Amino acid sequence: MAEPLLSVRNLVVEFPTRRGVLRALDGVSFDIAPGEVLGMVGESGAGKSITGAAIIGLIEPPGRIAGGEVYLAGKRIDNLPPDAMRAIRGKRIGMVFQDPLTSLNPLYTVARQLVETIRTHLDLSEKEARAHAIGLLDRVGIPAAARRIDDYPHHFSGGMRQRVVIALALAAEPELVIADEPTTALDVSVQSQIIDVLKEICAERGASVMLITHDMGVIAETADRVAVLYAGRMAEIGPVRDVILNASHPYTRGLMGSIPTLQQDNDRLVQIPGTMPRLNAIPTGCAFNPRCEHSFEKCRVHAPHLIDVAPHHAAACWLAEEET
Amino acid sequence: MLAFIIRRVVQSAIVMLVVALVAFALFRYVGDPINSMVGQETSLADREALRTRLGLNDPFVIQFGRFVGNALQGNFGISYRLQQPVMELILQRLPATLELALVSGLAAFILGVSAGVYTALNRRGVIPSAIMAASLIGVSLPTFLIGILLIWLFAVELQWLPSFGRGDTVTLPGGWVTGFLTSSGRQSLILPAITLGLFQMTLIMRLVRAEMLEVLRTDYIKFARARGLPNRTVHFGHALKNTLVPVITITGLQLGAIIAFAIITETVFQWPGVGALFINSVRAVDVPVMAAYLVLIALIFVIINLIVDLLYYAVDPRLRVERSAARH
Repeated sequence: MAEPLLSVRNLVVEFPTRRGVLRALDGVSFDIAPGEVLGMVGESGAGKSITGAAIIGLIEPPGRIAGGEVYLAGKRIDNLPPDAMRAIRGKRIGMVFQDPLTSLNPLYTVARQLVETIRTHLDLSEKEARAHAIGLLDRVGIPAAARRIDDYPHHFSGGMRQRVVIALALAAEPELVIADEPTTALDVSVQSQIIDVLKEICAERGASVMLITHDMGVIAETADRVAVLYAGRMAEIGPVRDVILNASHPYTRGLMGSIPTLQQDNDRLVQIPGTMPRLNAIPTGCAFNPRCEHSFEKCRVHAPHLIDVAPHHAAACWLAEEET
Repeated sequence: MLAFIIRRVVQSAIVMLVVALVAFALFRYVGDPINSMVGQETSLADREALRTRLGLNDPFVIQFGRFVGNALQGNFGISYRLQQPVMELILQRLPATLELALVSGLAAFILGVSAGVYTALNRRGVIPSAIMAASLIGVSLPTFLIGILLIWLFAVELQWLPSFGRGDTVTLPGGWVTGFLTSSGRQSLILPAITLGLFQMTLIMRLVRAEMLEVLRTDYIKFARARGLPNRTVHFGHALKNTLVPVITITGLQLGAIIAFAIITETVFQWPGVGALFINSVRAVDVPVMAAYLVLIALIFVIINLIVDLLYYAVDPRLRVERSAARH
């Protein structure tokens, strides 16, 4: 693999609360290569969105990065002063949020929000920025962009708004786009259109994508590699095909088993017993051990590290060590 | 837009008519107006003749119609106490009240919004906490007590500012008597304006702070930050404008309240305004002045509410329904 565009090393994010410090992310490491689409899956609360927020430097206080490093194109960015980090946001890392209905400021026209964003990062005149904005809207598939640009967000449908959000996130041609569940709030019929638009534009510009979702179908169609998070820790990471067909971590296997397919004839989907532990009650050893049917003594004492099971494919499971 | 304005004006007219009815009932049914006009020696026959001459025996609807007709021309009759036309009395004193209300309202709005934004953006720290604690005093202390405390501190102990009256005034062409143009007039304004505006200021401040904190948590603010917009743009361009709709509502209502409830402040500071006139009229059961005051305050409230509704329109594009409907 060439030098990674984004490199996250042992990232730890903590939220101090009255009842002690909650660890939302515990030593997560991964790379994203230039032009690569990395899917990030996990249950709600597994730490997917926190990872995105940590990379872009927007963790809500009192949460904070308590350890680890984030590198963008080889340069460390997690300890930059606020102004330097602000210059990276939007310019080098774009972000698409989950709900297009609430992501746009209702009181300003789309034109104003786009022009403002473009002129923050690119040295363009008002007029040039507007022309650039119309081009962007056209590219994300908004019909009659030159006329629609002066509309307010509430004049657009949900799918159209998410296209506007994508245009805004890509306004300054960032090298990395973090898409945090970009289709969850949308109608099923427009979900694939939005994913296609996002994927196409990023591909033509060579931008990398970190696609956060809990829809394995989207990952399978879109991502090059997939990272599975569980209770703030990396459970498994590898090429999409390998992870789907040869999942090594029992949790990933359970996750794959819970996807309905047309070939299956079962009445019930496979279900992992129990629920993900709350952040204040993560068991010692492997976080998954109480729910794991294969767990043994070592799992209850020592937390597993990522172990290579195939080239570029690693799982944080002691079983993987036994097999290799 | 035009249809909206017309609809609002019609609604306002209905409100005014109801208030006029109350004011009229005050006239007609609080005591016997004839008693207040004639001496004890007047015979019953003379009283009845006067009653007929003044139209007090006419049917209710005709009397009410006459009252509304006169009121529309600014005629509320003669004050029992001062033997002058009521409208003249009120117009003489209105500039004093309006100047006081304007200064305290503006100060309350500007200081309230600034302090609200400041405490919302800086939630931790000594100064924001001190402002929040002090605002509790502003919300909870009654107006008259604040006025008396201010007089005690700044007029009696420190002797920096006058304790009562308007100071020297200048009559502008058109009959407007202003205190803005003399230094004693401006000095006299300070204490009453603080007294009148303190509650409104703390109210606006706490409202702006709460709304701002709410808005700062929204997705579009997070998205604005994620696009790398400078903090100044995010806070004052995106967040503040979104907090303004509820703030405008409350400020508008409070401006009406400032004018209407200037009564207490005017009494404490012997301020020669409409509120003081009203209090003196209540003492003398001067019904025409009371009725006119009621109608005037209602009119001010109605006008302010109309302006507030139009301001919503200017601030929030989602309310411009007709335009978007026409577009699709």
